[in-house]
Amino acid sequence: MQGDKKPRKVLVLGSGPIKIAEAAEFDYSGSQALKVLREEGIKSILINPNVATFQTSYASADRIYLLPVNAETAERVIASEKPDAILMGFGGQTALSCGIELYESGVLEKHGVKVLGTQVKGIKSALSREEFRRLMIKSEIPVPPSASAKTEKEALDAAKKIGYPVMMRVSFNLGGRGSAVARNRTELEKELKRAFANSVINEVLVEKYLSGWKEIEYEVMRDAYGNAAVTACIENLDPMGVHTGESVAISPSQTLDNYEFQAMRTMAIRVAESIDLVGECNVQFAIDKRSYKFYVIETNPRMSRSSALASKATGYPLAYVSAKLALGYALYEVKNLISKATTSFFEPSLDYVIVKMPRWDLKKFDGVSNALGTEMKSIGEVMAIGRNFTEAFQKAVRMLDIDASGISNGIYKSRMRHDEIISALSGHKPYWFLYAMKAIKEGMKTEEISKHSGVDIFYISKLKELVECASAQSQRHKKLSPREKHNMKRLGFTDYELGCNTSFPVIKQIDTLAGEFPARANYLYTTYDGTSDDLKPKSSIPNGLLVMGAGVFRIGVSVEFDWSAMAIASFAKKYFDRVAMINYNPETVSTDWDNFKELYFEELNEETVSKLYKMGKFSSVATFAGGQIGNSLSRTLESKGVKLLGTSGASVDIAEDREKFSMLAERLAVRQPEWIAAKTMPEMRKFANEVGFPVMVRPSYVLGGTSMFIANDWDELKDYINGAALLSKSHPAVISKFIKGIEAEMDCASDGSNVIGITMQHIEETGVHSGDATILTPFNDASMPYGTMSEYALRFANELSIKGPFNIQFAVADGIPYIIELNLRASRSMPFSSKSVGINLIEHAVDGIFSKYKKSGFFEPKHASYMVKSPQFAWSQLRGSYPALGPDMRSTGESAAYGHTLEDALLKSWLGVQPNRVPSAGVLIYGESNTDSLKRSARLLEKIGISTYTIETHPVDGATRQLTLSGAMNSINMKKINAIFTDGAIKSSDYKLRRYAADMNLPLVLNGRLGFALSKAFKAKLSYGEMSEYICKGGNIRPSK
Amino acid sequence: MEKRAYLYTGDGILLEGKGFGSSKIASGELVFSTAMNGYPESLTDPSYFGQILVLTNPLIGNYGVPNEISSHGILQNFESEKIMVAGLVISDLNDAPKWNKRLSLDAWLKENGIPGIYGIDTRALTLLIRNKGAINGGILQSRNASKQRSEDYEKNNIVKAVSTAKPIIYKNKAGNGKTAAVIDLGLKHGLLSEIFSKGYSICRLPYDSKADEVLSYKPSCIIYSNGPGNPNVITKTISTFTELSETGIPMLGICLGHQVAVLANGGSMQKMKFGHRAINKPVIDLVSKRAYITTHNHGYAAYLNEIPKGFKPWFISPDDGVLEGMVSNDGNVMTVQFHPEAKPGTHDTSFIFDIFFKKVGKHARR
Repeated sequence: MQGDKKPRKVLVLGSGPIKIAEAAEFDYSGSQALKVLREEGIKSILINPNVATFQTSYASADRIYLLPVNAETAERVIASEKPDAILMGFGGQTALSCGIELYESGVLEKHGVKVLGTQVKGIKSALSREEFRRLMIKSEIPVPPSASAKTEKEALDAAKKIGYPVMMRVSFNLGGRGSAVARNRTELEKELKRAFANSVINEVLVEKYLSGWKEIEYEVMRDAYGNAAVTACIENLDPMGVHTGESVAISPSQTLDNYEFQAMRTMAIRVAESIDLVGECNVQFAIDKRSYKFYVIETNPRMSRSSALASKATGYPLAYVSAKLALGYALYEVKNLISKATTSFFEPSLDYVIVKMPRWDLKKFDGVSNALGTEMKSIGEVMAIGRNFTEAFQKAVRMLDIDASGISNGIYKSRMRHDEIISALSGHKPYWFLYAMKAIKEGMKTEEISKHSGVDIFYISKLKELVECASAQSQRHKKLSPREKHNMKRLGFTDYELGCNTSFPVIKQIDTLAGEFPARANYLYTTYDGTSDDLKPKSSIPNGLLVMGAGVFRIGVSVEFDWSAMAIASFAKKYFDRVAMINYNPETVSTDWDNFKELYFEELNEETVSKLYKMGKFSSVATFAGGQIGNSLSRTLESKGVKLLGTSGASVDIAEDREKFSMLAERLAVRQPEWIAAKTMPEMRKFANEVGFPVMVRPSYVLGGTSMFIANDWDELKDYINGAALLSKSHPAVISKFIKGIEAEMDCASDGSNVIGITMQHIEETGVHSGDATILTPFNDASMPYGTMSEYALRFANELSIKGPFNIQFAVADGIPYIIELNLRASRSMPFSSKSVGINLIEHAVDGIFSKYKKSGFFEPKHASYMVKSPQFAWSQLRGSYPALGPDMRSTGESAAYGHTLEDALLKSWLGVQPNRVPSAGVLIYGESNTDSLKRSARLLEKIGISTYTIETHPVDGATRQLTLSGAMNSINMKKINAIFTDGAIKSSDYKLRRYAADMNLPLVLNGRLGFALSKAFKAKLSYGEMSEYICKGGNIRPSK
Repeated sequence: MEKRAYLYTGDGILLEGKGFGSSKIASGELVFSTAMNGYPESLTDPSYFGQILVLTNPLIGNYGVPNEISSHGILQNFESEKIMVAGLVISDLNDAPKWNKRLSLDAWLKENGIPGIYGIDTRALTLLIRNKGAINGGILQSRNASKQRSEDYEKNNIVKAVSTAKPIIYKNKAGNGKTAAVIDLGLKHGLLSEIFSKGYSICRLPYDSKADEVLSYKPSCIIYSNGPGNPNVITKTISTFTELSETGIPMLGICLGHQVAVLANGGSMQKMKFGHRAINKPVIDLVSKRAYITTHNHGYAAYLNEIPKGFKPWFISPDDGVLEGMVSNDGNVMTVQFHPEAKPGTHDTSFIFDIFFKKVGKHARR
């Protein structure tokens, strides 16, 4: 280490709520940076309103501020904490933009805060498209023909000069927002307004569109002394024009020869030099498929989604090393944590392949376009490891959890026509590989598939091998020979597909050096393409726990389940000598090998978990941390002889099976909405007529409200049942009366007889999915039937012998609670409820499995303040989607804040969500439902000096100015209207308006009750305290030992 | 279509795989390389002569083997005219079209009469080599084929087999009119390419050329190339090196050339347990404190604590203390154990040639 002295106290900026293009990978990178600070004896201060993260706990950071990541709050924190340095590269674009603002406005200088790592000048030249282009040309780095534009006219002129098609890119953006491909002038004109709206510096770049070129990413590490190493190369299978976050990707690169690989590698280092990088950046290239021509496209001078992927793909912890470099270490002064014998100055060599696939949830969004393009829409990703491509590929497909087991999928078996397949491929529909396999089955040539999809023929021919193998097997109808069996396993087929149980795979280690040096860490995967295990699990340690992680993130399963998986793994150490994690989500903290004695980067399904349970000689498996995947598997695993930690699989099945559960509730005299399990339409009709509409329909085993529906009349009900093909003999649909009222829930831990619980209340009424609701704790409604609710919780805990975490949800009408759901697992809100009182419910849940609580009955820890969490939506990113709330969950993440008053907590929590800000000029208020709340909002807003507008089709009394729909859109454009308050779904009349507002990045408040609560909070006095200031000191329970 | 083949790993272990390339048998020292790209370059690298190469990257053959590109008789995308390894061991054999492809890896091995085996757990094999150290092995076409021992790689002079038999001149018409003498110990064309690009004509000379033969070309500089085998057995080459270094003509040693320089100056070279064969290896420049990622291919090494008299250490490996480069006190002799000409690998140390030829230029002006 040369030069300056180490800092004493460092501010780390987080990335805020999980959103499209900013997900848990920043919890991972931020946690690694915090780990380095702790190792170095440097005090850390963290700002991040994402309560569900691992990093927002004292296990990770020293001082924690659950506050919005923006310059205003950051300055307050800086003023009170007086850090001497800042790390802004570990919290995505959100943190970087905030850091730049703090630097430019002089806040950092004023408070003597030094920027660690890459300096702002370099960051800015990487983020401004025009500056970057100029810098590249100066450094003799090839860039595509392009020009920047500050106005629409300049952009059109530039496009004319470059020639269509053109790619339009936006400066300082995230997830490619605002960017697009335009094939002609009309298309470009259409896109420009939105592009400029998405650029903070009002600049777009018009670039030659490199249609059909390959996209390659390199990850560069560089220290303050100019030493550089390229730690990973990721090849995107999807062609240029599909955002890298939307691409299937592989590492190491498979189709590049030495010349291509090295020429781009050299340029990647030159890019890093040109911005004087200290730390890590990724550099993206486009390379021609028919020549050695290539261009640099862009660089991200910070930890990114691809750097998290690269860390997991190679075992090289990029964020950790990057933080060390920011403190002034040279690359070769940082140890290689896997080998412990070599240094971090090397380029990892892989003796396996990884395949990354994105996961989309577009079906939940009404009206959204499902063609993949330059803007990111996926909300999760998986990474699979194998010793050959098809093995990793088939694992990845299964990991997506989209009802596709490699070849066995709906599209493969469908009767899709030739032209439909071609249009799916050339239209870049999500999951192109499903269509490609179908095309191969239908006899289409690999060249043709490659041409339509833009995917290199190498990969298509690999898929062809798979399809041929599968069809050969299905035609033979005879038993497979051991050799054939082994070959199919090697190619990645499951036992289910083979129709028999097969032997165990071998366990291999990831060691960053392809076997050259021994690994000291157990970063593991399994393969059938190998003959010997690197590692034999020790049977000498009889007490081993395998913790199932949450798998792929989708709407409804996100970082909160990674938090619970991490919590179990950590607290279980008290009771187990050996705790291992199994998970495959590369974005997460729980797939960081440095956190466990053993990490299995593997599939979460029956075959893999039960085989690993036996091979690994584990004594039990924890299924309750990992959201719905673990929960759904618990009964099957239990029946296969796997011992589950905590609550039994049979109990989980009762809670998950709607019919069984409703019968149990009846038996326990717990009130529930009237219900039946219907197998036929007439049964449903009869029931609905008896109880009256609206009614709610839902299938069993769901999370995130999949296929949950509220029908207001018979036609809606009929259409829904037919559309979702919901009725079957084996699985009747449960239909129940919909209770209008407020919604409350309790997050709990139980020892089988006593319960520790935290009660929460939703601001939105029933009918809005709990994941999309604004939730507060402690509840502030005096009419809340708290006693009955807690009594119900106790009844279930005793009846089902719940040992572990659970969550119970109620609809409350006229002071009467009706149970609507019971989940015998960690819940989405558990990090929030736990942190609201300064405990960890998972810790108590684990304790409850092994011993009785000291407090008997139902016990709620004391609250010292209010806490509110607000949902983060992706309306702007998901073009065309209709912004509305309902029983189907649509939010991607959440923000939370403490407050001394409800308003204090609510406003800060709401402001932590993008693009929310307190309206400076006016609010448009309209709607057909919750009109009373909307009316009261309008009056309140006028009182505090915010102008109110409404529209003539859905006017709200109290709003002072009435506009036409187009008048309202015009006022948005003129920035007279800065937010919209509305309610319900009135798509036929206001689709255009809500879409326009979303495209213009306006805050949308989609529920009247929330609008009213916010109106009261806009002028509230806000507090900016550290986490511990809002928590009871010593007042809360400690676990009994 | 699939034919079984077997890999014999010295001490009685026989692994079953599938054969490709030629159906001859092969024997030799089993060595592994962790390079993930550039199998056409690796397989034609004369430093691998006589060895059976195990590639740790599982998928090989993905982009076939390209059409040869050559300029002034120097190959640009291969390191020599033919495959140099005795055999190839991989996990997963692949083939796919690419715009510059001439033939598949399988066909290329057939064309060169070299056997390959795939379907081998190359990671397990690598760990075996790592733990046991260098082992001899063979690719066999049947389970019962005789497991003949390879010729003793350590004792024989195998440089002879890969060095040019007669001098070859590469005339640089557009160059600076000067000549570089290259002592061919099994050189890679990448080295020729680097020298040629600096404007020099090249005379490529047999490994056992006498000093006066070398000097008869009036070279501005003398470069000792890389090559295979045990450096201790090429005694003639070593003594000629000593003679030539007394002339004061700037000299550069690369890989085996570096080892020759160590031995010529009284140092010693030891057989390593399993060598450095990779393109991801760090070296630290002890003078500037800068570190670089380099290509390595060597089974012998000198260590920092046994630097020959009259030399200063230049580069070391931070991983195991191997002396990766040295400079004579008068600056006339520079050597590197790694490959600044790369191929396969990084060009991060191509500045070595800049430094060397700058020195050559200065020396000529004196």
